[in-house]
Amino acid sequence: MLFALEVAISGLLSGIMYSLVALGFVLIFKASGVFNFAQGAMVLCAALTFVRLLELGVPFWIAAGITLIVMMVLAVVIERIVLRPLVNQPLIILFMATIGLNFFLEGLAQGVWDAQVHGLQLGIDDLPWEPLANSTGMLISIFDLSAALICGVLVASLGVFFHKGRIGRALRAVADDHQAAMAVGIPLQHIWAIVWAAAGIVALVAGALWGQRLGVQFSISLVALKALPVLILGGLNSISGVIVGGLLIGAGEKLAEVYLGPIIGGGIENWFAYLLAMVFLLFKPYGLFGEEIIERV
Amino acid sequence: MLYREAGQFKTSYDADMAIFPIAQDRWGMIAIVVIAVVIIPLFTSDYIMGSLMIPFLIWGLSAIGLNILTGYAGQLSLGHGGFMAVGGFAAYNLAVRVPEIPILGTFIIAGLIAAAVGVVFGLPSLRIKGFYLAVTTLAAQFFIEWVFANFPWFTGGTMSMTLDTPSMVVFGYAIESTRDHYLLTLGIVLVLTLAAKNMVRSQLGRAWMAIRDMDVAAEVIGIRPLRTKLTAFAVSSFYAGVAGALYAFAFLKSLDITAYDLFRSFLVLFMIIIGGLGSILGSFLGAAFIILLPIFINVVAHNFSDQIKPDFITNAELMIFGGLIIFFLIVEPFGLARLWMTAKEKLRLWPFPH
Repeated sequence: MLFALEVAISGLLSGIMYSLVALGFVLIFKASGVFNFAQGAMVLCAALTFVRLLELGVPFWIAAGITLIVMMVLAVVIERIVLRPLVNQPLIILFMATIGLNFFLEGLAQGVWDAQVHGLQLGIDDLPWEPLANSTGMLISIFDLSAALICGVLVASLGVFFHKGRIGRALRAVADDHQAAMAVGIPLQHIWAIVWAAAGIVALVAGALWGQRLGVQFSISLVALKALPVLILGGLNSISGVIVGGLLIGAGEKLAEVYLGPIIGGGIENWFAYLLAMVFLLFKPYGLFGEEIIERV
Repeated sequence: MLYREAGQFKTSYDADMAIFPIAQDRWGMIAIVVIAVVIIPLFTSDYIMGSLMIPFLIWGLSAIGLNILTGYAGQLSLGHGGFMAVGGFAAYNLAVRVPEIPILGTFIIAGLIAAAVGVVFGLPSLRIKGFYLAVTTLAAQFFIEWVFANFPWFTGGTMSMTLDTPSMVVFGYAIESTRDHYLLTLGIVLVLTLAAKNMVRSQLGRAWMAIRDMDVAAEVIGIRPLRTKLTAFAVSSFYAGVAGALYAFAFLKSLDITAYDLFRSFLVLFMIIIGGLGSILGSFLGAAFIILLPIFINVVAHNFSDQIKPDFITNAELMIFGGLIIFFLIVEPFGLARLWMTAKEKLRLWPFPH
């Protein structure tokens, strides 16, 4: 029983790591209705830039700052070159454009830096948390706990950002209705650039945390594929939904891997999360917290 | 002047409903078929047939399948590579385990098995829509990949990842040379393309389009969403299955689950977007673009290969591929088929301005 609890908790925490990546998707979908498939490549871009700067001897915080600036410039450039000419096109066209962007960014990041595996140390050890281990015997990693904490802070601050102040109001107006927002004088382009920059910041945090766990390399961009079930389970446009989705997917996946895996064969983590999300969606077609679209004829 | 319908009167309903109502289109189509059936096998090298034409035809067929589902019925799917894998593995197992069935029958049964799997994974489409559906179809892709990689029964009990496909015999004629493979592929693709073209012009195709444009409204005017969506999934997966079987038997001549990965699903999606959603012609134009683009980039890159590093070429290929796709979507979001439509409109008046 204690073992099951331990598995569940470590699953919940690893689910939060998926939420971090899913958060980037939600931000962009919420503000522009674009399903941004390039989020994984953005995570790779941010992580590679950050780790290479660190290896060049740049101090930690300055490297983080430079990476942030790079991601913001990238956001503005993407908005200018890719999104602006595609305004008012069908969403599937924008979706395909982000897949093209995904290839482009993968090539760019690995072309500018390199395709080697880079170790990344954030100064948080991936070791069991001792007080808990001593009192109950459960092995829960400090790294996982810190990641969950960081994710919580990030979600809370983005929630505040979306609800308070001028920019927050403008963001919500754009999310609600592009044309109405433009009609009352909200600059759509600025808002999109801001949202992509915010997604870039989220990508940096996700890239740094995943980078320590997996090493910074190409496969880090595939984490986005693990984040997709989290995303649809929580709802495409709900910031708090990604946390709930991450918790459910993480715990479900770890428990299935431990208890179901030996029965039907290993390697089920590639698809189990999708199946879990699909079952939930059959009952709630717009995710747990997603906005329901009411169709009228 | 050269291309217009003036003077071609339709005197019966049959003539009005013909596939190619204009004589120029009919002659153009006949010319294309003659080139494909006679001139290419007689006058081109094995390289052109084996490395360009066969993959072009197979991916064109696969793109028709996805175009039926996404372009005509409006259900976005990212699991097409998975359905192709079902076709490939089904055909392999049938050919090895039941060699009595003729190879064409094997392909058809493989397509039907893929169709059945497609219907199962299409069931959620009745409740889940849009991007939510797209992500759930990824479940099909990953689940199918996992099944074929983890259960040795499907690979004939061996643990090896790559299997050679058995040789093919059609009506007593052994398929050996590249030319034979090309003609076999061409025959199957021609028949299925004609079938698809007629399907989308029929009551079934109109029902798909009604569902695509607005499924609630389609339901109100008496189109059954359950049956229509599931037939779209079934037909689409049938085409994917046959294309997957041909991909293994006629092109790779081996069976390997990594040949049907997620990247292929994206490639097919690119083909139909760049070619044109909801267009049979567009499926082939898109397939030609996507198949030829990497080859072209590769050839150009290798001309400079002594000056630049190989890993730079790989990354540059990715960047050029992604960049061209974005460029193309910006310039012509409705695809090559739309370009052809515009050209036809212009040709009707040319060379006179009115």
